[in-house]
Amino acid sequence: MMLHSPTVLEAAESAADPSPAPALEVSNLTVEFPTRRGVLTAIDDVSLRVEPGEILGVVGESGAGKSITGLAVLGLLEAPGRIAGGEIHVSGRRVDTLTEEELTKVRGREMGAIFQDPLTALNPLFSVGAQLVETIRLHTDLSREAARDRALHLLREVGIPAPEERLRQYPHQFSGGMRQRVVIALALAAEPELIIADEPTTALDVSIQAQITTLLRRLCKDHRTGIMLVTHDMGVIAETADRVVVMYAGRMVEMGRVEDVIHNAQHPYTKGLMSAIPSLHDRVDTLTQIDGSMPRLNSRPSGCAFNPRCPMAGPRCRRDRPNLVDAGPNRAACFLHEGGTQ
Amino acid sequence: MLAFLIKRSANAIFVMLSVSFIAFMIFRFVGDPVELMLNEQATQEQRDELRNRLGLDEPFIVQFGTFVSNAAQGDFGISFRNQQDVLGMIAERFPATFELVIVATLISLVAGIPMGVITAIRRQTWYAEAMQFTSIIGVSLPSFVVGIGLILIFSVWLGWMPAFGRGETVDIGWWSTGLLTHSGRMSIILPALSLSLFQITLVMRLVRAEMLEVLRSDFIKFARARGIPARAIHFRHALRNCLMPVVTMTAMQIGGLIAFALVTETVFQWPGMGLLFIQAVTFVDVPIMAAYLCIVALIFVLLNTLVDITYAMIDPRLRGAEK
Ligand SMILES: Nc1ncnc2c1ncn2[C@@H]1O[C@H](COP(=O)(O)OP(=O)(O)OP(=O)(O)O)[C@@H](O)[C@H]1O
Ligand code: SF4
Ligand SMILES: [Mg+2]
Repeated sequence: MMLHSPTVLEAAESAADPSPAPALEVSNLTVEFPTRRGVLTAIDDVSLRVEPGEILGVVGESGAGKSITGLAVLGLLEAPGRIAGGEIHVSGRRVDTLTEEELTKVRGREMGAIFQDPLTALNPLFSVGAQLVETIRLHTDLSREAARDRALHLLREVGIPAPEERLRQYPHQFSGGMRQRVVIALALAAEPELIIADEPTTALDVSIQAQITTLLRRLCKDHRTGIMLVTHDMGVIAETADRVVVMYAGRMVEMGRVEDVIHNAQHPYTKGLMSAIPSLHDRVDTLTQIDGSMPRLNSRPSGCAFNPRCPMAGPRCRRDRPNLVDAGPNRAACFLHEGGTQ
Repeated sequence: MLAFLIKRSANAIFVMLSVSFIAFMIFRFVGDPVELMLNEQATQEQRDELRNRLGLDEPFIVQFGTFVSNAAQGDFGISFRNQQDVLGMIAERFPATFELVIVATLISLVAGIPMGVITAIRRQTWYAEAMQFTSIIGVSLPSFVVGIGLILIFSVWLGWMPAFGRGETVDIGWWSTGLLTHSGRMSIILPALSLSLFQITLVMRLVRAEMLEVLRSDFIKFARARGIPARAIHFRHALRNCLMPVVTMTAMQIGGLIAFALVTETVFQWPGMGLLFIQAVTFVDVPIMAAYLCIVALIFVLLNTLVDITYAMIDPRLRGAEK
């Protein structure tokens, strides 16, 4: 396909790539949990995009809806959770309307996943080689031997020493960092266009976290894989992501290039978040801390969900809901940037 | 591995000694065997002679020592009732019980595991609910009622299978098997079924609970994210992770089944150890009771060891424990 849409031209670095479709495009996604006491909206009108070869960081406090967004993309929302609105396209293909059977063929092949805890992500009863070969053969026509060779290649690629030997070993014989590398190798098995990485470093030692983020970055650039990197660690985002989405209470509050969001945050919530990063404490105005905690799903305030904690909140913030608008170099959902009164 | 074996053996010996002590206490304190064996008119000499022959005039600890060392060599003395060698009598009956228990176990696994998987992955379907409901009946019906019901339906009304006995048997060495003849196979169906009914329910409920647990685990979520199809998720990844407790329970229950077989053997007049034991109880034939206890305990101990070995075969994490 040689069609060039304007969006591709905008993403200048992907000019060499003939594929016009973003790795991931989520538009107006809404996820609901029907409960006995009414429908809870966990994700509200989220739109984001990951270009091939790009790492999009998704940050926010616990409960912001980061994981649910990732699971919705993968089609792994657990009942009764359901996508109530919006569209999800992976490499140009709409996936939110697929049946479970069709999804099985897309998962692993067009989108892979890396989850938080590498210690529990692998089946303890199968050797690492068996799990790799299983995944590879599922998505390719390779023979058992060829799949084994590919498994070796993958282990080498994610930086596991002595892969021949490692292939025969079981997950419990690997350290946490090594296991996360195996998990990454599994996610890469069929060269998916998109990888959803949900807190891939949170469970690891600090020294190992950097190795894993470096690896992810390298793989992303080498394979032109789009990565949606979910984390609540701004430090990881600062080192890894190209662009950032900040989520609060199921909505996007700010989005922009990583350096702009970090150094030039526009939304009061993002400003608070940034002050929580120790390495950025040299900035003068970062002593502001966000008091309070994020509202629970069933008690979200009307208007801007951040208004009870926001130092700038005005009457309009308690009444209306702000939408994403241009705000400095970024986009932010805050009335301060809508020009009108708050 | 060596340390493991030594520890296991020490354990096993301790358990066996405790059981033989209990068996011996029964031996010692349940009635006076001499009175039971001889009739009213026996003279004092006859009594003393028998008492001496049975070793009943020795001090307690010597008697226990003799009992243990004899038992270790398979000598449980002679039956009070018909003066035959006890071990020989039990050995003759053992194959019948063993085959019954094994067939019952197989039935419980072959029926229970798929039922457990289905009730776990097809929750809320009518057939899963029906199985769940039937299983409640399965646990609450006493085994003799089930046995009598089966006899009534399949033997009396339908006449498909014999109501009692073991059918024709074939001897292979000292082992007499009923599984090689048609009548033997027909005869084992009803007692094995009645013995396994409770078991099927246990296996099903265990597999169901384990499956539900395992299906919630991270590696299943990750397997789905890798694109593994549902069938492989359920039967390859999840079920295998449920087998460990099933193996344990099955092995432990084989011991239980041998004990339970008492009832089934009585209902179906199955010529096994259980029936022998029941007859021994009626006649206060203490050596047989003692031997039965020791042998059942030995089976329990052996099964336990087997469970540990099977564990290591299923779970790689336990394999290289000595490293
Ligand atoms: N099964 C469910 N039923 C109802 N609400 C749910 C369910 N699963 C998640 N939620 C809610 O959805 C919201 C978003 O959860 P999510 O797991 O996406 O948070 P997160 O941003 O990933 O947080 P964390 O940093 O803790 O992982 C939370 O408020 C959570 O309570
Ligand atoms: S909209 Fe109002 S409450 Fe919300 S962040 Fe902006 S100023 Fe604060
Ligand atoms: Mg999460």
